[in-house]
Amino acid sequence: MALIEHLTQEYLRTKKLPHIWCPGCGNGIVTAALIRAIERTGYDQRDVVIVSGIGCSSRAAGYLNFNTLHTTHGRALAFATGLKMARPELKLFVIMGDGDCSAIGGNHFIHAARRNIDLNAVIINNHIYGMTGGQHSPLTPTGMKATTAPRGTLERPFDLLVLARGAGATFAARGIAAQPRQLEQLIVRGATHKGFSVVEALSPCPIAYGRRNKLGGAVEMLRSMKDSSISVERAAETEDAELKDKTITGVIYSFDAPEYAEEYYRSISDNKG
Amino acid sequence: MPFELISGSQAVAIAVQRVGVDLVAAYPITPQTAIVETLASIDAKGELGGEFVSVESEYAALAFCKGAAAAGARVFTATSSHGLAYMHEMIHWCSGARLPIVMVNVNRAIGAPWCLDPDQGDSLSQRDTGWLQIYCSSAQEVFDTVLQAFALSEELLLPSMVIYDGFYISHTYEAVDVPEKQIVRRFIGPPVFPAQVKPGSLGNLHGLTTSETQLGLIRRRHEDMLRAPALFDQINDRFAQIFGRRYKVIDSVIPPGSKTVILTVGATAETVRWCLPKLKDIGLIQLRMFRPFPAERLGSLLKAHEVERVVVIDRNCSVGMGGIFAQELRAAIYGMTNPPAVDDLILAGGVDLTVKMLENMLDSRSAESRVGQKWGTDLQ
Repeated sequence: MALIEHLTQEYLRTKKLPHIWCPGCGNGIVTAALIRAIERTGYDQRDVVIVSGIGCSSRAAGYLNFNTLHTTHGRALAFATGLKMARPELKLFVIMGDGDCSAIGGNHFIHAARRNIDLNAVIINNHIYGMTGGQHSPLTPTGMKATTAPRGTLERPFDLLVLARGAGATFAARGIAAQPRQLEQLIVRGATHKGFSVVEALSPCPIAYGRRNKLGGAVEMLRSMKDSSISVERAAETEDAELKDKTITGVIYSFDAPEYAEEYYRSISDNKG
Repeated sequence: MPFELISGSQAVAIAVQRVGVDLVAAYPITPQTAIVETLASIDAKGELGGEFVSVESEYAALAFCKGAAAAGARVFTATSSHGLAYMHEMIHWCSGARLPIVMVNVNRAIGAPWCLDPDQGDSLSQRDTGWLQIYCSSAQEVFDTVLQAFALSEELLLPSMVIYDGFYISHTYEAVDVPEKQIVRRFIGPPVFPAQVKPGSLGNLHGLTTSETQLGLIRRRHEDMLRAPALFDQINDRFAQIFGRRYKVIDSVIPPGSKTVILTVGATAETVRWCLPKLKDIGLIQLRMFRPFPAERLGSLLKAHEVERVVVIDRNCSVGMGGIFAQELRAAIYGMTNPPAVDDLILAGGVDLTVKMLENMLDSRSAESRVGQKWGTDLQ
């Protein structure tokens, strides 16, 4: 209890509570994992910046007691890129939702990945635009229902981490709200990785997504999330046929490559010499 | 007549279904979302009669519409606030391309910081883009104006923006006369405007041109847009024959001898109309059409009633100048003999008008400050 008290007092703007998230929403679990992860990195609170865009997930910035910036829809990574270039010593965490990051903000996502700038993207993927009441996003699985797809969406979703890989991100991991400890560790790994890191956090939205698709309440959604996931280590020892419909969690890949802000400042100092 | 209890935004979606469109492309944003959702559910029942595409951004929504309209399709989209701002480049482009696109904008404040209330700064920021702008004050008016906007746009080959206040109209349920499709079809048939892109022909659209050619094109757009008020009247003659109601470019209630009138648009006009019996000798001018600006008609109306003071209620503010409707009015009456004094009540941010605020405003005198500006929150 002492730890929870400490984390709450230190890292949450308790005056802003209660939060606006619906009953059963996974955003609180992901936000708590993020708080614990930042605590574990040992970063000075004053050096940490949280940047968010628009949507349910992005409201987290208002509750978190760091330097926080609530920006426009899809543009969180663009704001964060400017901030990182001006003050490369800051530790930046960029919280986005699936619609925010992969639809309207898709262009900024691929270019942040391409530059390999040292930002830590945490994408809360609940497969839906929750705040506006349940429209399908580019991460809504084909066939699932939404207010803008009452008969089920025909579109194919992105695999966000394959997209990140193709665009040049040097770290990609996937966690689930049903396993918050693993999620916390993945955010720590992403934070300590130099370069653009992507952590996709699958999260239940029982109100705007689950109900329409008859996925049950929060408990059922978390349980099925857990049952259908498999760690990347176990997946490596499993037949491909058995991996169909499974969500692979853990660090999907990680490699080193020059980081953009560092390269930029090095090039300036080389030219001065 | 079949009356239904529906919100302003549901009225839009049903109107679009009744008109019959080939394509709807839209992206959700509060407080516009109910329009898109209702259209999606109409589509799911197989009753839309056209394509429904939910896209990756507002910019994409209008670009989809632009492409389809260039092929001769009747298209519709809807947005609000930041969504409209994000479309800005494409908004200019659609007008320059002379495409009769109809878009609904639900007024909502623009950040920073985030605010959801019905400031008009979103649509007024698009004042100079070459779109018609019509402001509505009830769900019925929204329904009817969407029908009329297609008729206006397709005649003028200019896009139209139908605008109303977020929440006060978008989310409020009212009894709306919702005529059946075959009756609406008597008012507006299938689209007949020419396709710019045709199968089997080769052509290049919108290539680089000279400033002189560009001036000629802008001039033609301007002159065509100025035809809108007269055309609006003709369309309403036809509309009245079928539906038994009509709208004016400028609506007014000016009791004999009233020397002070309140000028405003949208839901605020409806609030003022409700307040009129409580206010002594005060008139109301409800501006429905804002682009083109009906300057001559407004001047004639003020002159005919020998109005001495106009109190403009602006739910917007052009920072550095003041309320935008007041500015436009001042420009329109410049040079008039004995022009009325123009006072401006600014409710930027989407502040709601109260009776007390209105009474305090009417009691105040414009001489107190050079431009006669008052902030709504100071008068509560």
